[in-house]
Order: sequence, then C-alpha cells, then structure tokens
Amino acid sequence: MILCVVDGDPLSLEALTFASRLGEVEALVFGEADVGGYVARALRVVHDRLDEYAPDAWAQTIVGLAPETVVAPGTDRGHEVLARVAARLGVPLAANVVEAEVDGDALSLTRQRWGGSLLEEARLTGTPKLLTVAPHAVAAQPAGISTTLRDFTPTLSDEHFRVRVTRRERAASGTARLDTARVVIGGGRGVGSKEGFAVLEELAALLGGAVGGSRVVTNLGWRPHSDQVGQTGARIAPDLYIPCGVSGAIQHIVGCKGAKRILVINKDEHAPIVARADWAVIGDLHEIVPAIVAELRKPLP
Amino acid sequence: MNVLVCVKRVPETGARITLTPDAQAIDTTLLGFTISPHEECAVEEALRIAGQHRGSTTVLTLGPAAAREQLQNAVAMGIDAAVLLETDGRDWNAEETADAIAEAIRATPEPFDLLLFGNEAADTGDYQVAVRVAHALGLPCVTGIKGIAIDGGRLSARREAAGGWEVFEVPLPAVVTVKEGINLPRYASLPGRLRAKKTPIDQIEPQRRASALETIRLVVPPERASHVEILGRGAEAAPRVVAILRDLGLVAS
Repeated sequence: MILCVVDGDPLSLEALTFASRLGEVEALVFGEADVGGYVARALRVVHDRLDEYAPDAWAQTIVGLAPETVVAPGTDRGHEVLARVAARLGVPLAANVVEAEVDGDALSLTRQRWGGSLLEEARLTGTPKLLTVAPHAVAAQPAGISTTLRDFTPTLSDEHFRVRVTRRERAASGTARLDTARVVIGGGRGVGSKEGFAVLEELAALLGGAVGGSRVVTNLGWRPHSDQVGQTGARIAPDLYIPCGVSGAIQHIVGCKGAKRILVINKDEHAPIVARADWAVIGDLHEIVPAIVAELRKPLP
Repeated sequence: MNVLVCVKRVPETGARITLTPDAQAIDTTLLGFTISPHEECAVEEALRIAGQHRGSTTVLTLGPAAAREQLQNAVAMGIDAAVLLETDGRDWNAEETADAIAEAIRATPEPFDLLLFGNEAADTGDYQVAVRVAHALGLPCVTGIKGIAIDGGRLSARREAAGGWEVFEVPLPAVVTVKEGINLPRYASLPGRLRAKKTPIDQIEPQRRASALETIRLVVPPERASHVEILGRGAEAAPRVVAILRDLGLVAS
C-alpha cells in the first residue's frame, strides 16, 4: 500500500496524482483537504491534540500505519515530516523526485539537485520507501473515482507534541505577492541602486504586477530578502517575467523557470538570461523601462 | 550558550553545470567553492545569538581536506572554533553524514545548547541531515526558520506559512535549520582573516555506512534551444514591448 500525505497545500494533490501512477494509494489527510475523485480510499486524521501542526505527531501517525511506500509533497512540511519518518526507521528519503517507476522491489527514480538545475538518477530499495514530489513535477489530475473517507485516530503521546505551532501571525498586507502575481518585474545588479528600482515599481504598478530581485540585489540591501526570486527565495510562475539587468545565474533561473514567458531587458545580449527568454530588448534599462512606461501612458488612438 | 553551526563545501556553479565524464559528479576543475546561502545565514545567526547571550561558537563540516577553506571563512567571520570530519573526497549521503555529525557531537566534552544548519544543502537538496542529527541526539527540531528569539531556556522560531508566519516554541537544547533572509551575513574582517589562519582545526575521521538509496548517475537537464526574438535596442523598442504586453492581456484597457 502506498500512503500519500495530504494537507491543505495544493501541492498535495500533485503528490496524490504522482503516487497514483505507482500503484494503489491511500490518502492520509491532515486538516482540511478535499481529495474526492483522486483516490479510492482516504483516512482523515482525527485527534483532539492535532488542532495545530505538530511534525513529530504527523510522523508517528505515518509510522503507526506501517506503509510500504510514503509519498508527500515537496513542501516545508512534506520534507520535515518524511525526514522524521526516515530518521526514526533508519531508511533513506528521496527528496524532490520528478519521476519514479516501479522496478521489481525497487523504485527507479529521478530527483532534483541544485533546485532542479541538475538531476540525479537513483535506485531506492528497502521498506518503507519514502519520497517527496518536486513542486510541479506533474499536474494535479483527479482519477474520476469515488472516494471512501473514514476517520482515523492515531495513538499519540506527549513526546510527539514537543514541537508544535503555538501561534500564528498574519503577514502585513502589501503589494501583489510574488508567487501569485501575473506579471513580475525583476531587477538585478544592472539596476545600480536601491533608488534605481523606482522605475521598475512604476512599471509594475501600471501592470498590476510585483517587483522581485536577484540574490545580488537582496544581499546588497537594495530590496528586502522577501523580494528575492531564486533558489533561496521565491519560486515564481507568472504569465510574464520581465528581468531587467539580471545576468541569469543558476540561483536565479531556478526561481523563475516557472514563468510562462520571459521578456529580458539587458545591456549584454550574451548574458545567460537572454538565451532563456522569449523576447529581449538590448540596452540600458534606465532608458528602456521609462520609455515603456511612457508608451503605456499614451492614450490609445 | 554554546552554539554549533554545520556547513557544507559546495562548488560555486556559474550559469551552466558541467559533469565529469562518468556522470557521477560536477566537473569542478574551473570552479571555486563556497557554502550555501542558507548556511551563510546560519553562521551569522550563530554569531548573533552567541553575542547576545555571551556564548561560544563552533563550526563543523564533513568533507575533504580542502573544506578547511570553508571552516576558515567562518572563523574569519568570528566563529571561535572549527571541526573537520575529514572524508576521502567521495560524496557522503544524508544518512552517513548525519550519523557522523551526531557521533562527533556526542564526543564533544562541552554540550551544545543550539545546533544550527542550513535548510537544505545547495547541491544535493536532501532536506534531512539536521532532522536525522536531532533524532539521533533526542533533541527537538524545527526547520525552514526565518526568525529566532531565545528567552531563558526556550527558543521561539518563525517559519513562513501561507499568508503569514507559524511560530514554534521549543526547549533548549534544540536543532534549528534556517533559511536565507533570517539576517544579512557580515563580511569577514581583516583581523578575522588573520585569526582564521592561526585557529587550529580539530580533525576527526568519521566512519561510513551503506545506504539503500544508490545514485546511478547525474544528468544535466536538456536545455531547450534558444528561440529569443530580439525586439530592438534601447528606448526605440518600447512600442514593440507594449504591443506584446497588450497581446498577453496584461494591460488594462
């Protein structure tokens, strides 16, 4: 039996789709999540102390079910819960898997290294087999089957609640969020200064988009770290990404490869980011971006 | 307050990764080495916390002899002591690495109050060494942290969650993995660099064990051929850019 960990995160449904291709799956549902149509069987975890997230309690719940394979989404929670299961059982965990195939008693799999800039082909043996699914490795696709949901109450003790969420804080409401914006304007070293971002802000405001920056820019303090697009920052997936003065190091590409289209503005037509773009304008962003803003402000004929 | 920070030597990759002919490793002939951005922040956080709570700091790595460079860089930033778990240069997987680190920590005469790691290694991206070390030592562990506050024997840690933050509170000693953004790492000072050259590095030879996850080979994902259309040079290209924005439906009419 393959157990698939599901929580409120939409990536859980991708993990379910991925797991279903490996065999018969039972969903293990923590909190509020609708798995209807994805799997034939689902267990809803019901426990009076699980009103808040507690990773060791989630891990214990999985271990108690003695599964042969466990699949979880490649999220903060998915990784830390499966790492705990792996540590307790003394077995490996394959993180951020993009492809897997049953090969006798083993799993032949491909997983991401370097945020996906490099792939590792590997063979996973032993029991249980633990893996997390890299975000967007597959699209969530219901199987169109009816789902039988039943409640399940795990046996948990105090030690499983040593680590738990004790309170939540709301984020300050602000401009468009990077990870959900339809348009993202990116700035790199070529922007030149903190003040240089004003023109990018203006363009973003006109398009209802968000402004992001490369790691260079957040390290220099020109933008807060929360604006970073990259392997150690936000992963964006807008309809259009407009990187301005960004060279295109792997660290940055990992963060923006989810963009549907890329329009580059850069002085150097040989910068690596240009080869990854759909369109490019070659030249000084401080001339080009204001010209685009002016053009957008012109009344239509 | 004794703080340990664990780091990993990784190649500084440019815009494209090249593999060795046997496809088992990255060809590093022309590359420099560094630690991951998360780990740079872990080093800074160790210094910040030890400074605030009058403590000492130790940096530890498992890697080849050349990883002394990364330990010295951390000492140059202000870390007090350094430990190298020296390997023969082959990659150690997450289970082996965690075993060796836990063993080294157990053997330390003065116990640590806080063990800091980066959220994941830049290269292998396994997301598990810290969790395994915590389990082996019986310590609580929180991951993906972007804010730490310590009050007496308790640590409170913030993690980004949908639309805000979730806050964990755990007793010390504890294991915490941090993400870039928790702080802005300092640069090494000149006196720091001089001190780094004189600071002895404790060397330990760790034991290795086998794993049920076997790497077969590495693959650089195929890059699609460039199909970029150059719209023009300078401000003259603005009308063509705006036409594209309108075609994509991104301009409110």
